[in-house]
Amino acid sequence: MRVGLLVTCLNDALFPDAGKAVVTLLRRLGVDVDFPPGQTCCGQPMVNTGYLDEAVPAVRATVEAFAGYDAVVVPSGSCAGSVRHQHGIVARRAGDPGLAVLADRTYELSEFLVDVLGVTDVGASFPHRVTYHPTCHSLRMLGVGDRPRRLLEQVRGLTLLDLPAAEECCGFGGTFAVKNADTSVSMGSDKVRHVLGTGAEYLVAGDSSCLMHLGGLLRRQRAGVRTAHLAEILAAT
Amino acid sequence: MSTFLGTPPFPQAARTALADPQLRQNLAHATHTIRDKRARVVAEVEDWEALRQAGAAIKDHTLAHLPDYLEQLEAALTAAGAVVHWARDAAEANAVVAAVAKAHDVDEVVKVKSMVTQEIGLNEALAAEGIAAWETDLAELIVQLGDDLPSHILVPAIHRNRAEIRRIFADRMAAAGRPAPDDLTDEPAELAAAARLHLREKFLRAKVGVSGANFAVAESGTLVVVESEGNGRMCLTLPEVLVSVVGIEKVVPSFADLDVLLRLLPRSSTGERMNPYTSMWSGVRSGDGPQEVHVVLLDNGRTNALADDVGRTALRCIRCSACLNACPVYERVGGHAYGSVYPGPIGAILNPLMRGVGTDPQVDSLPYASSLCGRCEEVCPVAIPIPEILVDLRAQVVDAHRGSVTPKPEAIAMKGAAKAFGSGRRLGLSERLTGLALGLARRLPLVSAWTGTRDLPPAPRQSFREWWRDDRP
Repeated sequence: MRVGLLVTCLNDALFPDAGKAVVTLLRRLGVDVDFPPGQTCCGQPMVNTGYLDEAVPAVRATVEAFAGYDAVVVPSGSCAGSVRHQHGIVARRAGDPGLAVLADRTYELSEFLVDVLGVTDVGASFPHRVTYHPTCHSLRMLGVGDRPRRLLEQVRGLTLLDLPAAEECCGFGGTFAVKNADTSVSMGSDKVRHVLGTGAEYLVAGDSSCLMHLGGLLRRQRAGVRTAHLAEILAAT
Repeated sequence: MSTFLGTPPFPQAARTALADPQLRQNLAHATHTIRDKRARVVAEVEDWEALRQAGAAIKDHTLAHLPDYLEQLEAALTAAGAVVHWARDAAEANAVVAAVAKAHDVDEVVKVKSMVTQEIGLNEALAAEGIAAWETDLAELIVQLGDDLPSHILVPAIHRNRAEIRRIFADRMAAAGRPAPDDLTDEPAELAAAARLHLREKFLRAKVGVSGANFAVAESGTLVVVESEGNGRMCLTLPEVLVSVVGIEKVVPSFADLDVLLRLLPRSSTGERMNPYTSMWSGVRSGDGPQEVHVVLLDNGRTNALADDVGRTALRCIRCSACLNACPVYERVGGHAYGSVYPGPIGAILNPLMRGVGTDPQVDSLPYASSLCGRCEEVCPVAIPIPEILVDLRAQVVDAHRGSVTPKPEAIAMKGAAKAFGSGRRLGLSERLTGLALGLARRLPLVSAWTGTRDLPPAPRQSFREWWRDDRP
């Protein structure tokens, strides 16, 4: 099985450690993951802001980059959701059904680990207090359910602390975070309050975008809680 | 369609609402209470998912054959002694109601709580003709006496707490009829008793009642109103004349279909297994209830929504307001920020669908008033894919402004993104400038919306792409 990593534009440019962690993790599990360099962005920022024509080049680059791969692994619920549920919209707009072909073989990281590889114990060790935020698109768009929690529960030394109101949106929402910045920050501040209440050292999620928003709020408050992508915890030994 | 005149685009309206801590406290308390009640009673229904899919299917079928069912409804209503009127827009509907009132020479009507008469601005239109329209739903009475605007579909005074309500009753009831007792406190039972005495006087006096309808059964010509207080039933049964304004999407084919929707509505709306009052009437019955019955079937933009391939499922809406209570944006900013009687996630799609996009910046801002978190779709009893419709409407807004001589900075940025994301090589080149770009970005207005309250992440030493190419072990 040829497995390609769709690292996402955000991880590529700003959170490369999340991408590196996926490579480390998958290699440890015996998957020779590849990074096709033709990939750029899944198109979600443009689609969700209403710019369908502008999404076409990104979607085309993504589809072409992963043409020869049996499975596409995405360390983001939101971008996996974009490939699965929005590439069809862009394909219709462009009149090119070929732009929607990745939908059936694209997996969010926790789905790939649990459903395709069939593992929940990935051999990780992370002796810290951690709380997990289930991001909206992984939860409600993809329906990953408790897969991330099951993976985290098997990590040696990790104390998983329940996050109150965990299923509430963090307020990032892509360009919502700047178009409706006040509402976005109000939502994020409530999420941060819940995170601080857990006493966790690390806030973990499967989407770097939500972590960028919450991490930005935490850093501004000098709260001392660090953010980490799910892949980074699962890669740690 | 009536909007709250002068409401600014959503982000500005939201800022004002967010700055009001009392409002936020009232809203958070009320939405969480109803949300929890709904979750409890929905969990009791073993086949809830099948039930909501059945509800969606009934609505979709009816909408696909709307002209047939409307004509069947008209024929059944007429046969039962009702007078059916067709109204293309608010002005036509308001004129029908005013004409009926004038024909009976009245200067007041009593009203059942209804969204559609607010949508068409009926109270204001009747006032212009010298006719007072008295709201008789407790919450609508609070809104009307307070010279206020509704902020929720089910609980229009959700933004008010009981201390505020006591003040409104004490100050304003006298000018509208029977005054509030001098020693009125903010105990809910006392407030309800004051409203009861105030309203009873109006029920007994009124000659004309005005209502909407939750459903209209085509096979029998039966209109249905569900409510909690019984004040609606007073309006529907005591006056000699009854005029009901009914949106054309309210029609359902049969009582069997009504059964499904009546099981979905109360659990989703008030979080009750069954609503306390369900009133049904089919035309005129001699010696029982109103002896002159009018039904105004209203379009007012509904056929615009029906013509929208993606958005037409919004017409499934049965006005339960579960999406409002579930929405993290609504919970924080309340209903007024949406500038319409239809607020929250459903308002963010219904208003643009019914009124069209590309002309009013306030309407165009509504599809963006969402983080696309998906809770609205999850709780919708007729499974309206609200996030998908929001995204489609955003594309319609953008398309409506394509070719503008003064493109927004956002449009220019998206064009740039389209270019950068066209090839991996090009993206790699622009990423080398990421550090520089982040430094510069801190000065741009769009980014200052981020950095006002949030730190930007530090720029990494190298991108993932560079690491993979140069340093991968």
